[in-house]
Amino acid sequence: MNTLTFDNVSVSRGGQVVLGPIDLRLQLNGITCLLGPNGAGKSVFLNLCHGMFSPDNGVVDWNGKSAISTRRDRSFMFQSAAVMRRSVQANVAFPLVAQKIAKAERLVRVGEALRFARLSDQAKQPAASLSGGEKQRMALARAWVTRPKVILLDEPAANLDPGSTRALETMLRDVANSSGVMIATHDLLQARRLADHVLVFVDGRLEINQSADAFFTKTHTGVVADYLDGRI
Amino acid sequence: METLAKAWQLLIEMDADLLAVIGLSLKVSGLAVLFALIMGAPVGAALAIWKFPGRQVLIVVFNSLMALPPVVVGLSVYLLLSRSGPLGSWGILFTPKAMIIAQTALIFPIIVALTREAVQPVFREYRGLLISLNASPVLVLRTVLWDARFGVVTALLAGFGRAIAEVGAVIIVGGNINGLTRVMTTTIALETSKGDLELAMALGIVLITLALTMNAMIYAISQIGRKYQEVRE
Repeated sequence: MNTLTFDNVSVSRGGQVVLGPIDLRLQLNGITCLLGPNGAGKSVFLNLCHGMFSPDNGVVDWNGKSAISTRRDRSFMFQSAAVMRRSVQANVAFPLVAQKIAKAERLVRVGEALRFARLSDQAKQPAASLSGGEKQRMALARAWVTRPKVILLDEPAANLDPGSTRALETMLRDVANSSGVMIATHDLLQARRLADHVLVFVDGRLEINQSADAFFTKTHTGVVADYLDGRI
Repeated sequence: METLAKAWQLLIEMDADLLAVIGLSLKVSGLAVLFALIMGAPVGAALAIWKFPGRQVLIVVFNSLMALPPVVVGLSVYLLLSRSGPLGSWGILFTPKAMIIAQTALIFPIIVALTREAVQPVFREYRGLLISLNASPVLVLRTVLWDARFGVVTALLAGFGRAIAEVGAVIIVGGNINGLTRVMTTTIALETSKGDLELAMALGIVLITLALTMNAMIYAISQIGRKYQEVRE
């Protein structure tokens, strides 16, 4: 059970409100896609969900505990994931080192994660030598290796070609069988392929919070229609 | 030419005096660089990672101290260790220990400044990942130091090169005592003034070889490091 709660949350930058105020209670099952134009607040929302920083107002918690204090229950994958100056397998093992998991257990889990990402053959290569798509698969394996309750991803396929995007999406669907997944994306087609639930942000406000089926079959009006039609 | 030939002969014959001087040089500068690394690398990494009041000032100070004149370091350590100095009771002036202390002080800023430069880009790339994983300060420090290892080793080699080639600090605190504190550079200075150019030349050849080896190693390490460094378009 992963229940995310935003209680009157807002974030400002340079005197401007960039997100909120948001009140939200969401049971995270399957894949939730965060949609909206650039600068709508998707990344800020995602960062708050992981407790990367505190909001200026309000409280973000998961199952009644603050997002910051429960970071270890979740994984976060950045748009441009850090490629550590190590081998692929050492990259994937790193979160387990941070969690002080014993070496024997680490080896087993890293082996599984590398097979999952189809990177077993490249395990000992420097991670920097991987292609863009392989790097993102490695980053997803690194996010998944701790068996988190929730994985949060910020535009994970933003710089990938269609083939690499599909490979990543296949992995994400598998991940969603065991963990809640929340993805910020501006790719509506990707959201249509992946989402079970949709949150739409426009100008820092949460405009839509509904199932993907309802969202993609309904006719929208106002700013959401403007966004969907590419007017903003 | 005759001097050069005799110098080569000393090297080929592995002259005992020559080997003793080379051995002491390597021991003093090797230990100095090791101590400077143990103390300086974490300080350099901390300067790259954490923001605190006075950080910018410290960065400028360490960068400036990289060009610290060895005689000034020698004089400072001499004043500390001389009988009337605050550490005079240790009784280590004119011993290899004093030379190690002086060279450690000389290299410390180099290790700090070069480590900071090596760690800064690594930390910039890893910052988000490390925060997202709730990494402890110790893990952050260990991780960035390890992943900047090629730059840190380059700092170590640069420090060693500086220590083994300097003469001002070791001659002041070591005293250039035959069989006890005589190292390559101080021997070269002394033997040249005495007109014994063969030994001086032989030691000069060793020093130049060491300098070339250091530079070759720095180059090789930077090439290996490149394979692990991501090029973002």
